[in-house]
Amino acid sequence: MTETGLPASVEAIRRVREDPHRLGHRAHGPAEIIAGAGHGMTGPASKRIIVGYGFWIYLLSDIVVFSCFFAAFAVQRGATAGGPTMDQIIEVPRVAMQTAVLLVSSYTCMLSFAATNARSRLWTQVFLAATGILGLVFILLELQEFAELAARGITPQRSGMLTSFFGLVGLHGLHVSAGLLWLGTMMAQILVKGFRPEIVHRLICFNLFWHALDIVWIGIFTIVYLMGAG
Amino acid sequence: MSNLASDEELPTGVLDNREDHSPGDEPLEDAGHWVRHANLGLTLSILLTAGAFFLAGSNIIYGPAVPIALIVLAIAQMGVHLVFFLHITTGPDNTNNVLALAFGILVVFLIVIGSIWIMDHLMQNMMPTRMEDMMQMQP
Repeated sequence: MTETGLPASVEAIRRVREDPHRLGHRAHGPAEIIAGAGHGMTGPASKRIIVGYGFWIYLLSDIVVFSCFFAAFAVQRGATAGGPTMDQIIEVPRVAMQTAVLLVSSYTCMLSFAATNARSRLWTQVFLAATGILGLVFILLELQEFAELAARGITPQRSGMLTSFFGLVGLHGLHVSAGLLWLGTMMAQILVKGFRPEIVHRLICFNLFWHALDIVWIGIFTIVYLMGAG
Repeated sequence: MSNLASDEELPTGVLDNREDHSPGDEPLEDAGHWVRHANLGLTLSILLTAGAFFLAGSNIIYGPAVPIALIVLAIAQMGVHLVFFLHITTGPDNTNNVLALAFGILVVFLIVIGSIWIMDHLMQNMMPTRMEDMMQMQP
């Protein structure tokens, strides 16, 4: 194809570096059969891809569930029934703290997967533990918020707005709690089983889950907290 | 149980990767590539988040425009997360991921915008329940 005269392997590496996705180099029309690409007679894609893609579909459906709660909150935000309004129940400093904690936990989660790819058990565990601790801090802050509100008599049954508020924020907190449980089992599985392929697949899924929770939190702190406080 | 044979090692160095990528996966790259990726994503996220909290607490821009600005910042930050943390790209190996995402976003928008739209109209056509509103309806 090229006239560089380099050995084929060097040429291939150069091509991959410059154009990892082979944009513009992909064959149009019938091409040779690529094993694992799901074309022709070669069977489905590898399990790593199918597992990740399937979990992606689940996450999108989970985000649709969250969107229902967002819609309920958007509709109910004025329905205070004479009770407290949004700007009376929001403490922006705590939300800023929660946001920072969750964002950094997303970062450490990604670093843990980079360590997984480098097959470093120690750093994977260290970064997963850091993710878990940050997630725990997030949950404790949220519990503190809910407890303080409850002490002031602000509970879900007070008004339609509060029902949707506690529903939306609580659903996210529930997801983070479930994620923490999952994280604990993943750390144990790495400890016992090491980086077997199915463990790595589960780590891919856990990463996706954790980042998706952060994406949902972006929506919550913007629409519920910042726009409610303003 | 596990099917070890189906998970072939990705070849190092040579990625004749016309296979799809699953979202969140990190194909083999040179050392530090994904760490740099994560650092960049974290930096952008911090900037956008700090901007959102700053705008919400200040009045440097026209008041009624603040919610719009916040939503724009939120969408930008979700984009940063998708690109830098979930590794959604526009590459041909990501077509399935992007299509699924597009459908998800469509459903989310239908639910949220549709609910707000319908319930807002419903509210306007409701019989007023407060006495003062009732009085205003009298000719």
